[in-house]
Amino acid sequence: MTDLLALIAAAKESGDVSRLVDAIPYSRFMGISMTHVDGELLGTLRFGEHLIGNPMLPAIHGGVLAALLESTAIFQLMWETETIVLPKTITVTVDFLRPGRAQDTWARGILTRQGRRVANVRVEAWQDDRSRPIAVASAHFLLKTP
Amino acid sequence: MDSEPDEDLESLSALNRMFEQAVPHNRALGLQILSLERSHARIRLPYAERLIGNPETGVLHGGAISAAMDAACGTAVFQALPRRMVIATLDLRIDYVKLGTPGRDVLIHTHCYKVTRNVAFVRGVAYHDDEDDPIATATGTFMLGTRTKLATERE
Repeated sequence: MTDLLALIAAAKESGDVSRLVDAIPYSRFMGISMTHVDGELLGTLRFGEHLIGNPMLPAIHGGVLAALLESTAIFQLMWETETIVLPKTITVTVDFLRPGRAQDTWARGILTRQGRRVANVRVEAWQDDRSRPIAVASAHFLLKTP
Repeated sequence: MDSEPDEDLESLSALNRMFEQAVPHNRALGLQILSLERSHARIRLPYAERLIGNPETGVLHGGAISAAMDAACGTAVFQALPRRMVIATLDLRIDYVKLGTPGRDVLIHTHCYKVTRNVAFVRGVAYHDDEDDPIATATGTFMLGTRTKLATERE
């Protein structure tokens, strides 16, 4: 078992998903983390100046929202499935619905289908109002289950 | 181009300063414009530890590739427009074709192949050595001439 898998197992055991997130350098750099809110596992993007794509509005870079959606999907898979490898993104399609303002952003990934080798996840990101998503994604991942 | 290399280099570095200063996240990613032509952009995403997605292998996170692709696609759209206007990504699909090599920079070539009254269509590839052997491919659409209120106007 690799270190990362041991880490996933330990994180699940303790119920503390943040240990998993802290192991990924890119998540730390971006300010992406996962938290349990009212029994739901949510991705969070802590706002920082380095995330801005358009300083005039100001608005978060679209690529940053894509990264939040993809990261949330990957963490959701690690948490929910029995995969013995780090899920590998095959394709991700992001629809940008509204500008992301200079504030914290939330995301929720739903595992829509899981097979032995491939999983489909849908993810939504929002800021103040969950009923007004700012970006949504649909993604396929390769994984391996025992 | 060979006749005036200094001028080209100078304008490219001026362009890069603008690209970085105008877009903080481009600077955070370390993106560099390598060259621009009509409807085309070539950009480098330098390998960096902070962008690693798999700490065991050192492979870059897909999110960093997506963000760089988004920036590169938008840059190609600007190169295709008859005049400067505000654009917004409508959708972006990334296919991760093969894993990047840890420690190596990623090169991106994007092409805005169609501009209509409202929408621009873009394709892109990310690769190390050969565009025909990509790490990832991108397909994106952008809305043209979007008008979004500035923060100061919203109050």
